[in-house]
Amino acid sequence: MSTLQDILVIDDEVTVTQAVVKVCSAEGMTVSAADNATEALQFLETSRFRLALCDIMMSELDGFQFLEELDRRGIQTPVVMMTGYSTVENAVKSLTSTGAVDYISKPFTADELLTVIRRSLRVASLLEESESAGLPRQNAMSYVPCPANYYRLAYVSWALLEDEGTARIGVCDLFLKAVDGIREFELALPGEDLVQGISCATATSLDGSAHGIICPMDGTILEVNEEARSNPALVEKDPYFRGWLYRILPPNPENNLQWLSS
Amino acid sequence: MLGKKIGFKLTFGVVLTALLAISIFAWFNIQSQSSSLLNEVERHARQLSDAVKSDTEYDMLRNDRDRIHESIRRIGQQESIDRVRVFNKSGEVIYSSDPAEIGKMVDKQAESCYRCHSAGKPLDHLEMQARTRVFRPDQESSRLLGIINPIYNSETCWTAACHAHPREQTVLGVLDVTIPLTEIDRNIRRSQLAVMILAVSVILVLSLIVWFMVRWWIDRPVQELLAGMKHVAGGNLAHRVEVKRDDELGTLARSFNNMTENLAQARLQLFQSDKLASLGRLAAGVAHEINNPLTAVLTYSSYLLKRSQGQSEMRNDLNVIVSETIRCREIVKSLLDFARQTVPKKRQADINEIIGRAIAVIENQLSLGRVKLILDLGTDLPRVTVDANQIQQVFINLLVNALDAIGEDSGSIKVTSKAIKVGPTGTLQIKRAQCPKRHDLVDRKVQIDGKPAIGMRYRKGDLSGLIYLNPMYGSNDHHLHEMPAWGEDVELQCPECSRSLIAEGEVCPKCGSPIYAFEVPLKGMVQGCLHEGCGWHRWEQVDSSWNDEFVEVRVQDDGCGIPEAQIPKLFEPFATTKGQKGTGLGLAVTWGIVDNHNGTIAVESKVGVGTSFIIRIPVKS
Repeated sequence: MSTLQDILVIDDEVTVTQAVVKVCSAEGMTVSAADNATEALQFLETSRFRLALCDIMMSELDGFQFLEELDRRGIQTPVVMMTGYSTVENAVKSLTSTGAVDYISKPFTADELLTVIRRSLRVASLLEESESAGLPRQNAMSYVPCPANYYRLAYVSWALLEDEGTARIGVCDLFLKAVDGIREFELALPGEDLVQGISCATATSLDGSAHGIICPMDGTILEVNEEARSNPALVEKDPYFRGWLYRILPPNPENNLQWLSS
Repeated sequence: MLGKKIGFKLTFGVVLTALLAISIFAWFNIQSQSSSLLNEVERHARQLSDAVKSDTEYDMLRNDRDRIHESIRRIGQQESIDRVRVFNKSGEVIYSSDPAEIGKMVDKQAESCYRCHSAGKPLDHLEMQARTRVFRPDQESSRLLGIINPIYNSETCWTAACHAHPREQTVLGVLDVTIPLTEIDRNIRRSQLAVMILAVSVILVLSLIVWFMVRWWIDRPVQELLAGMKHVAGGNLAHRVEVKRDDELGTLARSFNNMTENLAQARLQLFQSDKLASLGRLAAGVAHEINNPLTAVLTYSSYLLKRSQGQSEMRNDLNVIVSETIRCREIVKSLLDFARQTVPKKRQADINEIIGRAIAVIENQLSLGRVKLILDLGTDLPRVTVDANQIQQVFINLLVNALDAIGEDSGSIKVTSKAIKVGPTGTLQIKRAQCPKRHDLVDRKVQIDGKPAIGMRYRKGDLSGLIYLNPMYGSNDHHLHEMPAWGEDVELQCPECSRSLIAEGEVCPKCGSPIYAFEVPLKGMVQGCLHEGCGWHRWEQVDSSWNDEFVEVRVQDDGCGIPEAQIPKLFEPFATTKGQKGTGLGLAVTWGIVDNHNGTIAVESKVGVGTSFIIRIPVKS
């Protein structure tokens, strides 16, 4: 428990770990690589890491089992899940499982990787702040004041079921804080179908990095909040009310709720 | 070849019938015609014979033989008369139109005599009918009609001056008139010919018409149907027979077209689901295998691109590598999107019809003969609101699994459908549960019977720990661990915020103990009692509005069965028992679809005995 490193990357594919090591060290981060979960656990016993990147599909322990193992051992290193088989379930589980903070689907560019790493590090530190403010870690998400009746997909997005059977969708404030300064929102058009667990909008931050916003609920877009598009600052200021992104018609919200928390 | 054609057979039958009918008609016609002609001649001969008799009577009485000879000769000269003769009692020709015959004796057996003399003793009286005879004197000559007219003794005869006849004689002699039938025979022959010509022409025309009709109404459409069937048998399911008429053959053609279309659809569907399954397999394989090397390519190239500021030529090349790799990524992604489940499009449907369609899809595999399919489908099942395609996929998955379980052996698959009524207890899974502060109580890490349990913290004095409630509503199979006996002093709390989960001021109506309560978002409060052996529970919103009508479908095989240890993991992705054969997604997809329809799926299995999958779909969603 002596040294503090930035990143631990875990993947049974060596080319992937090598590429991640290269990109991250070029950015000045300290990186270690592990071929499998057991090796990663050894690393985590001896060193501290600010963030871990872990593949989901691995022989022996898979990514989610690795998360459970971390939880069991009380290791609180936040983990970004990686997968080459990106399904809705993998995406949603990666956002909601204990210990996981984010999700990146392979293959990714160096910029995409760095964007996710930076955002996750910010999320982790924000969570840490809230923890040091006295809130239990498991409960950290609710550090963000999310109004009643809102359903959240982790810290990323929210959905509000309306009486008419429609739903409103928006971005959670922790996600906005983690992105830190949004230049513009790239939104989908009315009529398009959104799928839970798939990016439904892209937020470009001031430094030019693109952040996909994972959709909390299936549905067809009925209306896009033009105000949010023209004035990104509005979303940052009032993410839960005036800063909504879409009004959608969800065909089966009940099915989506199991992954959401309120 | 010709004899085998239906058109020929029909024409032949009709012609034969017509021939028979016309022949019978012609025979009767000619018969009646000739008999009426003959009657006419007979009447004429009788009149003639009577005329001769009365004409010569006076001369007879006077016994003026010369005058009688003269009269008879003259009468006999008429063209319509062959000859006129008078015999005496002993058969001697006394008078004749043919003078050469006079004086000749006639044998009693001669055609003109035997009628009266055949019986031994000569008859005194002869019926009119019997007096006539038709005969042919020799082979060459034409037919003749002879009529005999007996000359009876009368008072004038024995009182006449000549006294030629004694008084006791009854019959004095016989007048025999013969008339040639040449004319009549010619008439008969002519009408026979006419009838024959009529018959032949009618038969000819009839057979022509029948042949034409058969050809037009039967032969041609049948030939077209046959040609169509050959096409379809040859595999061309797009071929359609032209439907030109409304008769039975038109209906047949239409049904044939329908059948071909259904066949084509079933084949397309099979092809489609086969294609989708292989695509899903391929996409999963490609995604997993290709995305890793692509990650290296994309990361390194984009990393190099970032570092190659100022080297424009190199940047251009690297840009190509990066953008093309991203293109590869999009291709893989679209493959995965395609293989992904779509949102269900629910409509009213008949579950038996969906089962039928699923069976049609896998029929080829069944028709190998080693697997017997037994259907026991309920009649009058209520219609269910489902996505027919997805539910069909469920049945296809289950049937294919059953087939795989049977393997190379022979066996049977039984599909049963029926309407059932079940209460919410033990049927409904509580998927979400909240404390008063809206913390999620469902703990996905702890499962009871494979379903995420509802976690709570108990507290009694210094004692504290977690308990897990069975998420199946009404089930009392909770994991209470070391919790002390249920009572007023036991406190239940939200594990996160420690808010109490005991319903304040309310007690169990059954045993009077305190009750717990938690909220299911949008679905009201669930209450229950944890007192040992009580098991009281209430979920007002569900209890009051629960629709207990379900359609249950059971797919049962007598295959290898599933080991007990594998059953809890059965519906998880990649839990295949088929090794290389399956994607491991089939039952996961099946579960997902049934769950999307608010239905339940259960499995009963015994190794070596067989497996049953039981699906229940609510009638009203």
